[in-house]
Amino acid sequence: MPLDLTFTPQQQALRAEVRAWMTAHVPRTPLATLEGEAGFAQHRQWERTLASGNWGMITWPREYGGRGANLIEWLIFEEEYYRANAPLRVNQNGIFLLGPTLMEFGTAQQKARFLPRMAAGEEIWAQAWSEPQAGSDLAGIRATAQREGDQYVLRGHKIWSSRAAFADWCFGIFRTDPASGRHNGLTFMLVPLRQPGVRVRGIRQIHGEPGFAEIFFEEARVPVANRLGEEGQGWHIAMATAGFERGLMLRSPARFQAAAQRLAHLWRSHATQADPALAAQVAQAWMDAEAYALNTYRTASRLMAGGTIGVEASLNKIFWSELDLQLHGTAMRLLGAHAALRAQAPDVVQDAGWLEGYIFSLAGPIYAGTNEIQRNVIAERLLGLPRG
Amino acid sequence: MDFNFSEEQRMMAGALRELAADLSSGERLRAIYDGTDSADRQRWDALAELGLFSVLAPQGSGGMSLTDSDFILLAEEAGHAALPVPLCEQAGVAVPLLAELAGGAADSGTAAALAEALQAAASGASRVAVAHPINPFTLAPADPTHWLVCNADTVRLLEAREVKAVPEPTADAGRLLYRLEAPLQQHGVTVRGAAAAAAAARAAQRGALYAAAQSVGVAQRLTDIAVSYACERVQFGKPIGAYQAIKHHLANVQVKLEFARPVVYAAATRVADPDAGAQAAVSHAALAAAAAADLAARTAIQVHGAMGYSWEVDLHFYMKRAWALAGSWGAHSFHARRIQALVCGGELTLGPGQTFE
Repeated sequence: MPLDLTFTPQQQALRAEVRAWMTAHVPRTPLATLEGEAGFAQHRQWERTLASGNWGMITWPREYGGRGANLIEWLIFEEEYYRANAPLRVNQNGIFLLGPTLMEFGTAQQKARFLPRMAAGEEIWAQAWSEPQAGSDLAGIRATAQREGDQYVLRGHKIWSSRAAFADWCFGIFRTDPASGRHNGLTFMLVPLRQPGVRVRGIRQIHGEPGFAEIFFEEARVPVANRLGEEGQGWHIAMATAGFERGLMLRSPARFQAAAQRLAHLWRSHATQADPALAAQVAQAWMDAEAYALNTYRTASRLMAGGTIGVEASLNKIFWSELDLQLHGTAMRLLGAHAALRAQAPDVVQDAGWLEGYIFSLAGPIYAGTNEIQRNVIAERLLGLPRG
Repeated sequence: MDFNFSEEQRMMAGALRELAADLSSGERLRAIYDGTDSADRQRWDALAELGLFSVLAPQGSGGMSLTDSDFILLAEEAGHAALPVPLCEQAGVAVPLLAELAGGAADSGTAAALAEALQAAASGASRVAVAHPINPFTLAPADPTHWLVCNADTVRLLEAREVKAVPEPTADAGRLLYRLEAPLQQHGVTVRGAAAAAAAARAAQRGALYAAAQSVGVAQRLTDIAVSYACERVQFGKPIGAYQAIKHHLANVQVKLEFARPVVYAAATRVADPDAGAQAAVSHAALAAAAAADLAARTAIQVHGAMGYSWEVDLHFYMKRAWALAGSWGAHSFHARRIQALVCGGELTLGPGQTFE
């Protein structure tokens, strides 16, 4: 049936099942931030708990630790996940980005080797894209992978690598053809971080924790079996991964709907002293979260009918990152003098995490490809404007 | 759960796009603006011939018995073309209003009169204006035959000669607005009480929904025009669309537009519900679509430079339609206040998993 926006009994049953499980298992007290070492370990433990209920990544086939769920079911899962205020996913690089990439480009052996451990939270993944001289201009990558027998020898310097400070593995692209330039001659590699020849140095972010890191590859060796796709196919595969990142899964709408709900509560507790104009901002945050949810259901429906997600991913990325910023910015204005209180301050607004949320939202328009780059992509590839 | 439109729904919209390209071409719009057009009846009959007025009418009244989800893309096309015919008011508001009133009428005389009016409106034989307290001015077809006048708890069907309506010329020459003179003579067929109030409220919901859909259509049209100009106009040796300043403006419009669309479509599935969720959905659609159309209009004229400020470029027809739609069926303030009350006041259940509740 066309434009049918109702859930089937099976979908409602799944919702009830997730809700019951989350009620029973979500930690009562919030975990420490996953940007720090202690919090990272707690979040890793939570991934194992999730996996024990077979909730690691429900859209994957059963053989890889999933439930064979479709995208609508995944959205229902996410709604219940955030409704229960469950912890952030420390393995999102794995389950949301590399997972789908492996599904598309990996060999049977690679899928069997990596996916189940990803779903089970046993191996946590970091990204290794950017380099000091290759940020928005990612094709300027200089790190190399030189073939020696059945191994590659990695040399180079990656930076701004999310989760790398405490993760087990990283994925990224390296130049396998030293004579190549730009988008050619790049190869997608899967690399263990805790091995000789790999040095990880955490970089403190503005909140004070080492949320990302730089990685030095000093003749680190990886087997040829860890190459995803063919030599020279790296750029193509990386763009697919980036599409997953900006597209459907990285930021599920439920996250923003839960935050908008908290914002409305915050408004109610401040309404008597607040600038009345902020009510419009609160309503806008709710509307944008809903619009993002609706568009995600629309995209999921399109994909389930055989469509693909391409340039639209850039529209998504701009929308959710700006919505997050607007939402948290409104909370900061509502909080006034309380806004800058850190979590341990005696008078902080409890259980809210508005300051941490605001700081995190500032990164949204930057990571996963800056919003300026996304606007270029939309203009050139969706609207058909000429290249500069 | 399926957010896709069916092949039939898309085909119907495609048929209207084709017809509207002719009925509402730049040349024809220009003639309307210049006061040299005399094709009102021809346009009306062409839309009637395609059956467009009957989409939401029950089969027994010569209609297609389709739903608001089926009409929503047609409304979008009406906006895309800046159609100089109030298709949405007749087919999307008047026809379902008459159907609801006829179905709930207490006495057989009223029921028969309303059924007759419904059949005439669905076929296009009558041309109906819907007056509602939410609109200070009523959009009417050229040479209307009937008026449906909604008040707090009455809806009255009047013949055109029983109404005194004062024309209110507006920036958009493709829409004829009137102020009704009060008090009205005690004529016509009147429905009173809770049924009338509920029907009138639903009419306002549909009016706002279809204005939003038209805004999405007109926003897309404005964007298309601006993109095409940016590809042609050369300055400093390059098409201006090659410069990031232009690219980013147009990309911003596309983001706003693409995230207004599903809001409008989802509102169509619940527009007839009387609950808080439906009110929020429609007001959200109205605000998101109007914001997209406003940004599209401002961006389009900026991208065109002085050219866009000139009467001879078609751009202003669509820009003026965007303004007109933004002021109809509850302008910004009505919808913004309603949604603020629902979201901030605690009447609406918020949070994940509530979107379709």
